[in-house]
Amino acid sequence: MKEQLYQYLLLLGDNAMILGHRLSELCGHGPSLETDIALTNMSLDLFGQVRNYFQYAAEVKGEMVLDAEKEITEDSIAFTRYPHEYRNTLLVEQPNKDFAFVIARQFFFDAYHLPLLEALMNSKDEQIAAIAHKSIKEVKYHLRFSSEWVKRLGDGTDESHSRMQAAVDYLYPYIGELVQETPIEKEMKELGIGADLSAVRSVFYETVKTVLQEATLNTPQFFGFHDGGKKGVHSEHHGHILSTLQYMQRTYPNMKW
Amino acid sequence: MNTIAKYPEIEALLEKVTDPEIPVLSIMDMGVVRAIEKEGDALLIKITPTYSGCPAMDTIAMDIKTALDQAGYTTKVKLILAPAWTTDWITPRGRARLEEYGIAAPLEALADKQALLDGAKVVPCTRCKSTNTKMISQFGSTACKALFQCEECLEPFDYFKCLK
Repeated sequence: MKEQLYQYLLLLGDNAMILGHRLSELCGHGPSLETDIALTNMSLDLFGQVRNYFQYAAEVKGEMVLDAEKEITEDSIAFTRYPHEYRNTLLVEQPNKDFAFVIARQFFFDAYHLPLLEALMNSKDEQIAAIAHKSIKEVKYHLRFSSEWVKRLGDGTDESHSRMQAAVDYLYPYIGELVQETPIEKEMKELGIGADLSAVRSVFYETVKTVLQEATLNTPQFFGFHDGGKKGVHSEHHGHILSTLQYMQRTYPNMKW
Repeated sequence: MNTIAKYPEIEALLEKVTDPEIPVLSIMDMGVVRAIEKEGDALLIKITPTYSGCPAMDTIAMDIKTALDQAGYTTKVKLILAPAWTTDWITPRGRARLEEYGIAAPLEALADKQALLDGAKVVPCTRCKSTNTKMISQFGSTACKALFQCEECLEPFDYFKCLK
């Protein structure tokens, strides 16, 4: 049970960490000062959330590993795992292209994140429920920001509309994985710890449909989806993220500043 | 149970610890101190973050430890998440200090939504008190603030976002 709980915390935390990292890459590169600050603020929120998940994960894992040489900390979880041990979805590791792309990726994730946290607020695991109660207040602002921008760009000029539509078309095949139930998620749901993804799914697709409609964008007709991230099978982009993210801890283990 | 009021001498010391981003606001006024537990000279202070990723929390924890250790205690600081912090935890005195400092204090939830979404003119300028203000950015200089500008006196100012 402990191992499954640990894996579930990775599922929750890794999405926040990898997306937070993608957003942090935009620091100083946003299209305007205000959007730059907004994206890095959201990055900071996500990193805060992942710290909460990983601090708890370190506690859970620490009880299983008795070897004092291998101390488990939030940092060891974040920085010393191998690619196949990360459980984030393929959506969040997609690289930043133009602003429309960044917004589309953020919107899809936020639209899923909010109902997920709503469900996790009722988790039987007190710590997960507490993290969800804390995070949801921040994620409401994220969804507000990203859906406003989807509408502004979609219902904007011909140029912004076509770029927004291109971003939605490109990323849409990745969103199915967000609400795809893996065996760990199924087990956690049955224990009353995890979220019921079928309930999350209906709210998620409803939000996507409503916002895209309002933004005068077409909802792609796509029935399959790319998956693998939750099982540790990632795209090429993931390795590049880790090489940046882990460089310091791999080169100088346990370094601090 | 309110474990804070039990130890006025500790409370007085904590009054002197301020938010590094908003130096006029003590951590007591901000409402991040959740419990004080005391056994002899050993203290356990429980604090809660305003935002999950608030980078000030580590500094605040260190400042608490320094302030109390200097007064002769052995202090431990623990971060707790529940019940989650909301802007309602800011004391009336804290709100007044925010305003004096030039940061508009959080409105109630409904007005906040209007201010950030409808563009309704409800956030008064901290300088001239005019409500003829506009939002520049939903996200400001720190995670907890949005950026506004007064249309009357043109002063740009921070608004402390309502968090509920």
